[in-house]
Amino acid sequence: MKINGLDTINPALLALLIPVAVIEIGLLLLAARDLLREDRRVRGDSKAMWAVIIVFFNLIGPVLYFLIGRQDGPADTTPGPGAMPGWGSPHDPPIVVPPAPERAPDAVRAALDAPRANRLPDAPPAIVVERLVRRYPGGVLALDGLELSVPAGSVFGLLGPNGAGKTTCLRLLAGLTHPTAGRAIVAGLDPAVDPLGVRGRLGYLEQDPRAYTWMTGREQLRLVGQLHGLGGAALEASIDDALGRVALRDAADRRAGGYSGGMRQRLGIAGALVHRPPVIILDEPVSALDPEGRRDVLGLIASLRGETTVLFSSHVLGDVERICDRVAILDHGRLVVEGSIEELLDRYAQPVWRIEAEPGEDAALDVLAGRLRLLPWVTAAAAEHGLLTVAVSDTGVAARELLPAVVAAGVAVVSVARARPTLEDVFLRLTGEREVAA
Amino acid sequence: MTGFAVLLRKELTEAWRTRRLPLLAIMFVLIGLISPLTAKFLPDILKAALGDQAGSIPLPAADAAQAVLQLQKNLGQLGALAAIALAMGAVAGELDKGTAALVLAQPVGRSAFLAAKLVAIGVVLAIATALGIAVAWVYTAVLFELPSVGGWLALWGLTWLALFAYAALTLWASAATGSTTAAAGLGFVALIGLSLAAVVPAVERLLPAGLSGPAAQLATGATTDLDPAKLATAVGGSVVLIALAAVGASVAFRRREL
Repeated sequence: MKINGLDTINPALLALLIPVAVIEIGLLLLAARDLLREDRRVRGDSKAMWAVIIVFFNLIGPVLYFLIGRQDGPADTTPGPGAMPGWGSPHDPPIVVPPAPERAPDAVRAALDAPRANRLPDAPPAIVVERLVRRYPGGVLALDGLELSVPAGSVFGLLGPNGAGKTTCLRLLAGLTHPTAGRAIVAGLDPAVDPLGVRGRLGYLEQDPRAYTWMTGREQLRLVGQLHGLGGAALEASIDDALGRVALRDAADRRAGGYSGGMRQRLGIAGALVHRPPVIILDEPVSALDPEGRRDVLGLIASLRGETTVLFSSHVLGDVERICDRVAILDHGRLVVEGSIEELLDRYAQPVWRIEAEPGEDAALDVLAGRLRLLPWVTAAAAEHGLLTVAVSDTGVAARELLPAVVAAGVAVVSVARARPTLEDVFLRLTGEREVAA
Repeated sequence: MTGFAVLLRKELTEAWRTRRLPLLAIMFVLIGLISPLTAKFLPDILKAALGDQAGSIPLPAADAAQAVLQLQKNLGQLGALAAIALAMGAVAGELDKGTAALVLAQPVGRSAFLAAKLVAIGVVLAIATALGIAVAWVYTAVLFELPSVGGWLALWGLTWLALFAYAALTLWASAATGSTTAAAGLGFVALIGLSLAAVVPAVERLLPAGLSGPAAQLATGATTDLDPAKLATAVGGSVVLIALAAVGASVAFRRREL
C-alpha cells in the first residue's frame, strides 16, 4: 500500500495496528471518563492502571513498526504501462507505448552501430561555454577560459586526463557551482543567472552517484519526477520506462541501500532520464558498470541521438569513440581540440604501429620504447602490459627500419602490425599522456 | 519555494523510516512518564535514603507543580540534547553522503531544501513533545490532580519553541560547517552559552530559557504571578533566534560547494 506516493506499509502491520488503535481509543475514553468524574470514586491505583495501559498501547505502535514494518510490503512487480513520448516537455501528455524491454541486445547493438550524423555540427548549440573560468579557494585553477559548443541533438564526449576540469565544467553547467568568470548557456538559459530554470531542462548524473539508502529505487525516481513537477499516471509511466531503459525494473522496489555501485549508477541514469529533459549531462556514466551494463548504457545514450542532447565525460576512450558525434579534449582547464571523431583522426592521428611482446618482456619493451623515441621518424612510443605503441611521422621509413630495431633490441615478439589510429592515439598525442598508452 | 512540499514530505517520511521520529517519541514519552513518578516518589526515596536526617532537610513537595518542574527540567536537558542530535546531521549528513547534490541537481532552491529540513525538524519535535507532555499530563492526573488542559497545551507550545530554537541553531551550524560533529559541538556550545546568559534576568527574558518560568506558571495554574511582558519577550526572542538561524543557514549554505 502506498501512502503519499512515497511510503509503503505492510498490510499485516496495518491489520494489527487498526485493532490496536481501536482498543487504544476505547481505553482513552474509559480513562477520560474515570478521570473526569466529579465524585472521584475511582481509586488512585485504578487511575495508575489506566495510565499504564494507555502508555503501553502508545508504545505498541512503534514496537510493531520495528518488528514488522521494516520489512518491505509485497513488491509491485507488475510492469505498468510504459510511456515515452519522445523528449518533449515533461508536461506533455504521455503517449502510452509498450514498456521498454530490459536489456534488448539487438536494439542496443543497432543503436551502437547506427551511423553518426555528420550534419549535427550545423544544428543550433544546446550548450555554449564562453571563456569559462573556475578558480577554487586556495588558487587551484580548474577551468581556464574554456570555450565549448555542443550541437543540439548530438552525443558529445568530454575527454581529458585526471584534473583536466571535466567534472568542474559539468557541475558548472548544472548550476551546482559558480564560475569565477565567463558564462555558459544551457538549453537557452545561463545556469549562473537562472539555475532552477536550467535544472528544470536538464538531466544530470553526478560522478559516483549516491542514493537515499532508505528509499527504494522507484521512490527515488518518483522524488526526482515530483521535483520536476510531474505526477500521477504520467510520472509512474515515465518511472517504469526509465527503469526499463537501465534494466533496473526487477530491483526497483528494493531499498537503494542494498544496491551495488553499478545499480546506483543505473538508478542515477534513470533519474536523469525520468523527466525527459532536452539536455542530459552525465559525468562518467559507465565507470561503475560491468561490460554488459556498459554496453547497454552506451546503447541507451546512442539511442538518444537526435532526440536530446547528451554531454558526457569519460576516460574510456573506446566508449567515446564508439558513440559520440563530436568530442572535446580538455587539458589543464582549457579546450585542446574539438571536432567530430573523423575530423580529429584526419587532423591529428599519425600512423601507428603496435608491437605485442611475449609475456615477461616488459622490461625489454621499455628499453626498446626509449630507444625508439630517440629516432627522428618516431613521434611517440609507449609500452604498457606487453604492448608497445609507436606513432611515426614517415610510414615508409618505419616500414623499413622498425622491425630491425625490434630485432636489435632482442625483444621476443608475438606480432608487429600497423594499426588504424584511434581516438586514444589522438588523445595521447594532444595531452602528452604517454604513460597510459595501450 | 519550488519543491518545498515534495521535500517536506520526503523529510517526514525519512524521519519515520530512519526511526528518528519513533525513537525521539519513545524518549519523550519515557520522560513524560518518569517526571510525575519522580515528583511523586522522590520525597519517599529521600526519606528512606536519609533516614533520621530527613527531618533536618527541606524535601520537595509531592504535588503537580513538582511534576511540572521535573518535566521541564528533564525536557530542558535531555530534550535539548535530543533536539541538537536531531538537527546536527540534517544538512551535513546529506553533504557527506552526496545526497544533497542529488536533490539540488533538480529544480529546487537551496532555501527550499533548508526550509523543508527546518520545518520537518519542527514537526518531529512537536509530535515527540506532544506525546511526552500528554503522557506526563495523564500521569500527573493519576498521581496528583487533574491538570489544566489549556495550561498544559501552553506548556507544550512553549517547550516546543525552546527546543526548536536549539535545533534551529544546530541546523545553522550544520549548514555552515558541513560537519555533523562540528554542528553537534556548536549546538551544544549554543545551549550552554544561552543557559549561562540566562543567568542575567534582563537577558533571560529574551531567550528560550525565559520560556520555562511562564510555562510552569501556566501549567500549574499559578497565573497570578505571570508576567505577560516576560512571556511575550521570551516568545519573541525565541522566534527571532529561529528566524536568525534560518537566515544564517540559508546564507551559509548558498555559498557552500556541493
